[in-house]
Amino acid sequence: MPVSVDQTSVDPSRNESAPANTSASADTAAQAPAGKKDEALRPHAEDAFAAELAALAAQDDRPRPARWRMSPWAVATYLLGGTLPDGTVITPKYVGPRRIVEVAVTTLATDRALLLLGVPGTAKTWVSEHLAAAVSGDSTLLVQGTAGTPEEAIRYGWNYAQLLAHGPSRDALVPSPVMRAMSEGMTARVEELTRIPADVQDTLITILSEKTLPIPELGQEVQAVRGFNLIATANDRDRGVNDLSSALRRRFNTVVLPLPESADAEVDIVSRRVDQMGRSLDLPTAPDGIDEIRRVVTVFRELRDGVTADGRTKLKSPSGTLSTAEAISVVTNGLALAAHFGDGVLRPSDVAAGILGAVVRDPAADRVIWQEYLEAVVRERDGWKDFYRACREVSA
Amino acid sequence: MSGFLPEAAAPESTHVADSRGGHSDGPLLLGVRHHGPGSARAVRAALQAARPRVVLVEGPPEADALIALAADEGMQPPVALLAHVVDQPGRSAFWPLAEFSPEWVAIRWALEHDVPARFIDLPATHTLVWGREDEAPDASATPSGPEDAAQAPGESSPDEALRIDPLAVLAETAGYDDPERWWEDVIEHRGVQDGEAFGPFAVLAEAMGALREAYGSGGHDRDLVREAYMRLQVRTAQREFGDDVAVVCGAWHVPALRRKATVAADRALLRGLPKAKVAMTWVPWTHRRLSRISGYGAGIDSPGWYGHLFSAPDRPIERWMTKVAGLLRDEDRIISSAHVIEAVRLADTLAAMRGRPLPGLTETTDAVRAVMCEGSDVPLTLVHDRLVVGDVLGEVPASAPAVPLQRDLARLQRRLRLKPEALERELELDLRKENDAERSRLLHRLRLLGIEWGAPAESRGSTGTFREAWRLRWEPELAVRVAEAGVWGTTVLAAATAKAEADAVAARALADVTALAERCLLAELPDALPVVMRILADRAALDADVGHLAQALPALVRSLRYGDVRGTGTHALAEVAVGLAERVFVGLPPACAALDAEAAEEMRGHVDAVHGAVGLLGEVATAAVPAGEADGARAAGTRSGIRARWHSVLRTLATRDTIPGVIRGRAVRLLLDDGELAQDEAARLMGLVLSPGTAPGDAAAWIEGFVGGGSGGGMLLVHDERLLGLVDAWLTGVPADAFTDVLPLLRRTFSAYEPGVRRTLGELVRRGPGVRGNAAPTSAPPGFDPELDTERADAVLPVLHLLLGLDEPTATDDNDLVGVS
Repeated sequence: MPVSVDQTSVDPSRNESAPANTSASADTAAQAPAGKKDEALRPHAEDAFAAELAALAAQDDRPRPARWRMSPWAVATYLLGGTLPDGTVITPKYVGPRRIVEVAVTTLATDRALLLLGVPGTAKTWVSEHLAAAVSGDSTLLVQGTAGTPEEAIRYGWNYAQLLAHGPSRDALVPSPVMRAMSEGMTARVEELTRIPADVQDTLITILSEKTLPIPELGQEVQAVRGFNLIATANDRDRGVNDLSSALRRRFNTVVLPLPESADAEVDIVSRRVDQMGRSLDLPTAPDGIDEIRRVVTVFRELRDGVTADGRTKLKSPSGTLSTAEAISVVTNGLALAAHFGDGVLRPSDVAAGILGAVVRDPAADRVIWQEYLEAVVRERDGWKDFYRACREVSA
Repeated sequence: MSGFLPEAAAPESTHVADSRGGHSDGPLLLGVRHHGPGSARAVRAALQAARPRVVLVEGPPEADALIALAADEGMQPPVALLAHVVDQPGRSAFWPLAEFSPEWVAIRWALEHDVPARFIDLPATHTLVWGREDEAPDASATPSGPEDAAQAPGESSPDEALRIDPLAVLAETAGYDDPERWWEDVIEHRGVQDGEAFGPFAVLAEAMGALREAYGSGGHDRDLVREAYMRLQVRTAQREFGDDVAVVCGAWHVPALRRKATVAADRALLRGLPKAKVAMTWVPWTHRRLSRISGYGAGIDSPGWYGHLFSAPDRPIERWMTKVAGLLRDEDRIISSAHVIEAVRLADTLAAMRGRPLPGLTETTDAVRAVMCEGSDVPLTLVHDRLVVGDVLGEVPASAPAVPLQRDLARLQRRLRLKPEALERELELDLRKENDAERSRLLHRLRLLGIEWGAPAESRGSTGTFREAWRLRWEPELAVRVAEAGVWGTTVLAAATAKAEADAVAARALADVTALAERCLLAELPDALPVVMRILADRAALDADVGHLAQALPALVRSLRYGDVRGTGTHALAEVAVGLAERVFVGLPPACAALDAEAAEEMRGHVDAVHGAVGLLGEVATAAVPAGEADGARAAGTRSGIRARWHSVLRTLATRDTIPGVIRGRAVRLLLDDGELAQDEAARLMGLVLSPGTAPGDAAAWIEGFVGGGSGGGMLLVHDERLLGLVDAWLTGVPADAFTDVLPLLRRTFSAYEPGVRRTLGELVRRGPGVRGNAAPTSAPPGFDPELDTERADAVLPVLHLLLGLDEPTATDDNDLVGVS
């Protein structure tokens, strides 16, 4: 009897799962929050793209795995975008190699779990949400992994009032999202798997290999029905936090989500996001900012890839991730500097300090790498004189 | 993929005739994709079923005499037929054959069944000289499709864009975006069903027929000539053997061979072709060269995978995954059988999802990445290198005719009058003579190829850069080495170039690449140099150890100078050297911090080496740049800036406290010698170090760095009494217990001086500080005037100018004179 379980850690899960527990059918559960849907800051994928999902499901004549809302092929189309025979346009949710989406969807169609790896800002969570929405029509069976995630979040907890009043029974049990997904044949999601403590991670092993979840307190078990699967996301750079044991890793097919392939695509992503963020922070838009954005993206890409854009010169890569997300924050920062302390135009000096901060994470090794880059690449490049000078100023 | 061999050998000939789809009146035409394992299986099955009395294969007929060698035990594919013009070994073409090439299968089948096999393509006599007109040496170099790819010796012809890729058209019609994939799905992955051994060929021939109707020769104009020749050959064979003739050729040619054309018309096409005397032989080939990456481009990028498909008796995917697992296990990755199972399942499901009949290489690779490699591309590269491409090296029996490299070497030996002799002898070369310079180049190139005919020896007489001494000795094994080196190319120059490039790619340490660069210059391999330089730059960029970089720099600058002497183009070399120097500059200060005595001593050596190299580099680089070019002028500016930047690095070294004394002292000294540091400033720095606050050990190290070694530091002390005074004052102030610690260092510093210098120093010290203190400006050795007699001194100047070739005294001269006073 897990009576000694920390009360506070159980509380949230009980509150959260209470409506689902009482509602008999999925329909009523879906209707309950319907009124608030429009006001939600960010609607779930299955709500935001309900029309597309319906159109895809309606016109999908390929074989579907058990309990899937549509065929794997249609799921891939949902993520990558396309035009249906009747002219419905499916917007692309993920811009990247087709191969990745195909492997991910195919993995879900086998009984292997899917592990999405990638540096921060590569749309891991986004892809996992949309996969779950397309496959199961529900992306909310979610476990948020943190250093404090307890076993109950993955297995089950107890409703203590029930437990004390009526003794241990299925009614007193508070199922976790994973347990619900198992019994209903849905897709469960685990965010930031590597942040979960190793002993809690191990709970997943039996679930993924035996597809059962024993409840020793009741002498019962929950067996996963067909259609159950699990998508986990984890951060490449956090491997050291709680590395997956090889036993657990073996249960996953791993898909690494890459950083944007071409510089143009990345510039596009950065400028679009910067624009959105700038508006919400009431920053003035910089007219000539695009050149500076391109420069930031170029610097980031070159250092990240360890080779110059023309492919001629190799470089050392610093220890930071230099993801697209960081490029976005450097530019936003630069815009704020330009708006409040400069002449409103994004200048090399506005981004130089930000870049330095993003690149030099380890003061000794990274600084040498950065200076080598400055001297070997930036100094010689046409039209980069200002930038070189600005960087020299902040690096000195 | 199953059950195609013995079953397909249907004994009833009526059935065979029927399945030939109405073509029983003509020869059996088997259109294939070169290097297609599926095609190879199909060819074998078809031959087995039809049992022809002669097998005709697309290929140069000069090789007919060599066909028998294919059955030799010493013959292991991959091998290639090599044709070259007799007196011009550089003019050559290859026809690579792998175990899974349909042509190879057909030849082997013929040999096993005692059936004559013949090559029927246009003779290499013509094709080799054809290319001379427009530098597309092999007419059969059709575009990237599998068509004829076997015969493309690597150069893509300029008019390629105008040609159509027949497969791409077919694939596009079928809704595929990748022609290779379409071919794999439709032809290669299709098993041969019982009794329809000719089915695939008939279908393909029909498709190609439609294509040829629509596109004609598709821009491959030379194909028409080749096909005319092939038709004539087929006709000859038919006269001899009736209709029991099987032809194995690229599927593209099938409709043309079936076409009825008059003998006269075909002959007319063949009239007036250029001719050359051609020799042929078998050479060993490698999977890597079959693959597209290596530039020889026989046309497939996954020979290992194809070889597997061809040799696996059944369940190719399962067997492949097991192979991959074995490889990864050997590399210490934990791969269980469960991984293999899951990988196979994922590959199957992926294939189903992508609508392919069987998992292809793409699906298997995706599955391996997701299941066995944890999504990482690093182990995947290994799989690609070892399995997908594979490290298979072919073998050729010793009885095969000599490789052209041997002939080229013999030709060179004759021309340079350098006979191979078993007796050891010394050879002195004067590189200013054209013949000797070429001999030197030949010997250097042979050494690069691992043919150690000559070993460099110490020159006896003079040590000038223009002299080179060799010890020559031709051992019988060297002939074997030459044969082995034949894979690298057909001439000594080409082979050495290819070998140097391969060596550069394989080299691990930076110093190896630098050494290679030096050898490339000596052997004069201008084509290899860019590759070596690129790799050198890459290695330098990734090498984090400043010591390595500093070691590499002097050698590089040396070769730069040497290249200059020989008049080789060294622009690229200078570029790399400058880049390397920049990296050293950036990395040196942090690398010098916090070193122990031994490491500091080593680092001091590096600082000295870099200093010397930078001095040379500034000179050489500015001289090498052609004047007047805007770009050149900028580069010159960069390079003259190099000394300035080095000086600023030295200044950093001189003033940073965390840097060991010996390096700091050295840096100050180098700056002082270059006139970058005023003597007052040097004295100030010395005073700082020798002040009581500094540990005596560190101060002694500084002194060693400043005036130690054979750097003429003694003279400096003799002439600058202020410095000597500082040393003297410090030394007398060292406490007794610390003195024993610094003594060894000081002894090492001062014992290296010349006896005369030591004596003078001793005398100066004996005179005592007091005298020197007051009389410093006027002190003079006895018998000399305290002041300079300027008039008499000026009298020397004209002679000095004459000697030094100067027009007027420069600033540095003045400095020196001041220093002397």
